[in-house]
Amino acid sequence: MLQDILVTGLVNGGVYALLAIGFSLIFGVARIVNIAHTAFYMLAAYCFYALLVKGGLGFLLSALISVTAVTLLSVVCYRLVIEPVREHEAAVLIATIALALVFQELMLFSFGGHYLGIPSTLEGGVRFLGVSIPYQRLLILVVAAAMLILVWFVLYRTRLGLAIRATANDLEVANLMGMNVNRVAMLSVALSVVLAAVAGVVVAPVFVVDPFMWLAPLVTMLAIVVLGGLGSLKGSLIGALIIGYVEAITVFAVPAGAYLKGAVALLIMVIVLLARPEGLFGVAFEEER
Amino acid sequence: MHGSFTYLLRRGWAELRNEVFVLPSRTLVLLWVLALLALPLVYGDPYVLRILTMTCIFAIFAASWDLLAGYTGQVNFGHALFFGAGAYASALLSLKLGLSPWLTIWAGAAVALVFGFVVGYLCLRLRGSYLSLATLAFPLIALGLLFAFPDFSGGELGISGLRRLALTPTGNYYLAALSMLAIVFALWALADSKFGIVLHAIRDDEVAARASGINTLRYKLIVFAIAGAAAGFSGALFAHYLRVAGPSTLEVALSFQVVIWGIFGGLATIYGPVAAVFILYPLTEWLGSFRTFGELRLLIFALIVLVVLLFMPRGLTPWVRDKIEMQCPRCKQRNAFWNKVCRLCGAGLESQVSRAQRLVGHQ
Repeated sequence: MLQDILVTGLVNGGVYALLAIGFSLIFGVARIVNIAHTAFYMLAAYCFYALLVKGGLGFLLSALISVTAVTLLSVVCYRLVIEPVREHEAAVLIATIALALVFQELMLFSFGGHYLGIPSTLEGGVRFLGVSIPYQRLLILVVAAAMLILVWFVLYRTRLGLAIRATANDLEVANLMGMNVNRVAMLSVALSVVLAAVAGVVVAPVFVVDPFMWLAPLVTMLAIVVLGGLGSLKGSLIGALIIGYVEAITVFAVPAGAYLKGAVALLIMVIVLLARPEGLFGVAFEEER
Repeated sequence: MHGSFTYLLRRGWAELRNEVFVLPSRTLVLLWVLALLALPLVYGDPYVLRILTMTCIFAIFAASWDLLAGYTGQVNFGHALFFGAGAYASALLSLKLGLSPWLTIWAGAAVALVFGFVVGYLCLRLRGSYLSLATLAFPLIALGLLFAFPDFSGGELGISGLRRLALTPTGNYYLAALSMLAIVFALWALADSKFGIVLHAIRDDEVAARASGINTLRYKLIVFAIAGAAAGFSGALFAHYLRVAGPSTLEVALSFQVVIWGIFGGLATIYGPVAAVFILYPLTEWLGSFRTFGELRLLIFALIVLVVLLFMPRGLTPWVRDKIEMQCPRCKQRNAFWNKVCRLCGAGLESQVSRAQRLVGHQ
């Protein structure tokens, strides 16, 4: 059981980290609480399903096309819906909720509400420490790690990353230094949706695909981001691992744990917030007055 | 006797003419109240009454959210917790103890008040987005507990077989409409009083409010409790009207729904969210009644919200109000759009006053 907990926690934590880091990035740069973030994850899973099962394209090609298409769609949505109301915080909030609802209903209408299964990308598995790990879960882990390294590289080794970090740190000063903050915001939206779309594509064969699959990870992702500290990427990564393991422990070790795993994860978040209102790694930034 | 009656009549008419008919917004509110009260006498279709009863119940819920989120700035993403607490508490009390529903709706409101107090206490140190995202957790924790103990809570199916408050559709309608009017006007009066000004101050700058000698913690706790009680009352009404208290009263969808209503109608107005519920809820029900595109009602709902927001980012009612009324540059009182001079201080409006002078505030 211990090995099960170790492996499941790591795999779920990896998926959560992909989602939470993307969300944190948008929040840090543009101060947008993007409720539609996991809706893009759901869209990518559907797109992957349509191309792979209906379209008959290969795994790699379908994955590439879905990630690209969903990312382009997110940029279009950002330009059309979010940017015109950027200065009204409340309007941005419900615009993202409404976007998520639109995507959910569109998928419900075109694919129906039933669960869709996707064949595994890789068959078989490997035995490690006495637990059999299917290759598919191993793939999730590898992809998650690769994406995290990619994000680290973009943020800390490129000029774009420098601009993103500067904008997240102080939007006005970054603007005065000659950065096009609107373009930076748009690119960070694209970068974060790439992460969500990749997560959607790799988990689609393991989880089932349905129009409401964005709600459960949304709540977990928000809990992780708050737990780790809003806008802190390190916090999101560590928070994702904590919540991944807490969920795994609840499911395997507590009776009726499957019902309680969400509640326990959220309870951990509330407890951390009571002790540290700015999350584990959040900076208690001064109110902008 | 006769003399005092005509005096009251004339006095009432003078009040109406001088206080209500001078402003289009007040006239609209009066017409809305009269229409609500007169509707069952004119058109008693049970389906329409049913939809309007639900609308009234949700209007209480949306108004209570606005007091918390709009006025005090505590943008609560888990307002469904209070709705569900009210629904489940009144359902359990009336079914397990056999109490009368007239008693249990108050008990539901009281339980929700305690929940509001507890959530408020836990969230005292949180602010902004942290508070929103943390409050999202509470109804889901409650939902997890309900599913883990199905013997007590009825699990997925909830608690069914409750008694209704009134037996006829008209009776239920009047019950919901009158409680809605009473609670909404009470919340509005509260928000318009000195208490409401303190809430505005807490939202705009909590540090400055505290520096001015306001005990902001106490105010936030009180507002959480009041908003919780009002939402719990609406939840209890909902449970007794549908005769079931189910897990849907705690879902994320309901919490998000109230956020949409509140922001769509216009924050910090009380009447805004109520207007939004009265527009959006019957609209979605009406769309759902079409066989051809009934499935698309949520999609159409979301698209309407998106499009309206692009044109009115501050919400519906502030936009409408700016069209039909304007503020006097000198005394800050509101005037109908047809007035040439301010009705109270006689200062010229709009045409004579340049934009720059209006920004300065006086001539």
